[in-house]
Amino acid sequence: MRNIFRGFGAVFYKEVLHVRRDFTTLFFSLIIPLLQMVLLGFGIDTNIRQINTVVFNADGRRESRELLDRLKNSDTFRIIRYVENDRDLNDAIIAGRAHVGIKIPVDYSDRLLHQMSAQVLVLIDGSDSSVAGQAVNVTTSIGLDESLRRVLASRSTFAVDMRPMLLFNPDSRSPNFFLPGLTAILLLNVTTFLTAFSIVREKERGTLEQLFVTPVRPMGLLLGKLLPYLGIGFVELTAIVTFMRFVFKVPIHGSVLLLGLLSLPYLFVSLSLGILISSKANTHAQAMQLAFLTILPSVFFSGYIFPRETMPPFFHALSYLVPAAYFINITRGIILRGAGVAHLWTDGLALFAMGTFLLIMAARRFQKKVIMA
Amino acid sequence: MAIVSQNGAGPAISAEHLVRRFGKVTAVNDVSFRVEKGEIFGFLGPNGSGKTTVIKLLTGLLPLSGGDAHVEGLDVRADSEAIRERIGYMSQNFSLYDDLTVTENLQFYGRIYSLEPARLKRRIDEIVQLNGLEPYLTRLAAQLSGGWKQRLALGCAMLHEPKLLFLDEPTAGIDPVARRQLWDLLFELSAHGITFFVTTHYMDEAERCNHVAYIYFGKIIADGTPSSLRELPEVQPHGTLRVEITTPEVTRALRFARQIPGIRSATIFGQSIHALIDDTFDLHDLRERLLKEGIAVAEIRPLAASLEDVFVELTNKHQGLLEAARA
Repeated sequence: MRNIFRGFGAVFYKEVLHVRRDFTTLFFSLIIPLLQMVLLGFGIDTNIRQINTVVFNADGRRESRELLDRLKNSDTFRIIRYVENDRDLNDAIIAGRAHVGIKIPVDYSDRLLHQMSAQVLVLIDGSDSSVAGQAVNVTTSIGLDESLRRVLASRSTFAVDMRPMLLFNPDSRSPNFFLPGLTAILLLNVTTFLTAFSIVREKERGTLEQLFVTPVRPMGLLLGKLLPYLGIGFVELTAIVTFMRFVFKVPIHGSVLLLGLLSLPYLFVSLSLGILISSKANTHAQAMQLAFLTILPSVFFSGYIFPRETMPPFFHALSYLVPAAYFINITRGIILRGAGVAHLWTDGLALFAMGTFLLIMAARRFQKKVIMA
Repeated sequence: MAIVSQNGAGPAISAEHLVRRFGKVTAVNDVSFRVEKGEIFGFLGPNGSGKTTVIKLLTGLLPLSGGDAHVEGLDVRADSEAIRERIGYMSQNFSLYDDLTVTENLQFYGRIYSLEPARLKRRIDEIVQLNGLEPYLTRLAAQLSGGWKQRLALGCAMLHEPKLLFLDEPTAGIDPVARRQLWDLLFELSAHGITFFVTTHYMDEAERCNHVAYIYFGKIIADGTPSSLRELPEVQPHGTLRVEITTPEVTRALRFARQIPGIRSATIFGQSIHALIDDTFDLHDLRERLLKEGIAVAEIRPLAASLEDVFVELTNKHQGLLEAARA
């Protein structure tokens, strides 16, 4: 009699009927994330190359031209213009036409020939931190390299020879890095949003109130709502991973089965979040606003774009509350690093715990509206 | 908790001193009434007077701020879950799933009440027959007209054979034929012992109830059978007579009649005026005076108070009391 899942079967079946009947919504909610993936996957390159650069070469002799060739060959800089004075150099950066300005002084070659230190001025636009960082790194290392070659002309090897090796993504392919993270964000669309809307729709129609006069229990109602969308989320995940593997040719180093398995707790969290939102929101518009509120933290605090380690301590701590952070670790772990259950089970467990917590919170909120014996 | 056996005596609903506050507003203020088993109880009152709130208190959708209520012998505070198994509820907006068919809506509500498949099938057949839903079984609820939606909603609310049904404005926005048919159905079901708690705005519907109560600003100001209410002293004070004056010039007649001493109140009803007059007043004399004013009078005859008269009188009286209290 006191079955806390009372009504689960009825609600589940009804929800499946809703989804089947409203095929267009389902179609769009499945196809739009894939379209976004295609756009972002092809359009975004996280590697910084071909930075627009202006050059004021006051020297103009062979040594200075050699230096410029080395900068060009690094693939980091693209010289778009040569200017003849400092003012034009500055202007090009202020106007945003170039992010880097290089000034080779008139005595560059002379000083090198006399074994003196020659200075090269590199102006970098700091308004885009990743571009600036890359420009600093590459110019500094070219400078060092150039100096060492001159100093070490007699000796054959460097005293310390650093050999960096990129594991897991040797070619630094952007999609490899970008798409596993994007998966976590795209899944939010079909989970948080769809469940939130499905309950808010019942509020707007008045059917939720009707249900509260029946013996259905909050847990039965919420799980009945949640499970069909878990299925849809899973279909979406499969589609995204298929696209990633076969359209973007991202190699999957770990077990696809494990990826599927660990995606379930993530879907569970985002669905529960949608349900919690719907316990607060009374209209579609409110639900929409609240659901968007969850998207930005998922993008910025999950490590999807910016590494979590570099965040200030408070925000780093906060990022542990962002479900996408765990799932991005799971997707990148399995897809790129070939990680297994032993490495990732804690992330899965954390997600499952969060989901359970959110669902219980939501059930309590719904329960409050109905006095229970 | 006072559990009275489900089929035993005892009222279907007993409400004692119900209070419900929303912040500073007292929406339901010391409301008490009893509904006997098998009655059709009409719960009337203007919009915002607390009708729906009382239903929500009795069905457990809202907690009580004070007072006690028993529904089918079960305590609303302690046994709301058991109460929900035994009652049916049809809200103002029929609460159907538009994108499900008639059959699917019925099946869904049946499953919610955990009806066995065999019983569910039998009950759906019965409901479909009772409500004449056969031609529409595969139609989406969204495509039904108001009257059919209401029948379907009623069907959904009674699948689990509740002994008590709450109908919140069941006839709002449906056509007169459907309205009549619904009431015929209610009488039929009531004859089988089902109790109905019905809210309505329509006075003709109120007249059909066995028992009516009128709620005004959160307080019950009338409670009884329609005929007992008509005889209340507030409605029919001692030494007064209610008459109907039929005339083609109702507005002029009304203006004039209100100036005549001995006419206590007068209201227009279509092509006639209902007036409460001193019983010492000579009807002949009244006709003469109207004719002298150039107002043609077809007929003046004594009249029994209608429920509308009852509620108008009681509302006026309470409005006076409310204003006196404020002043």
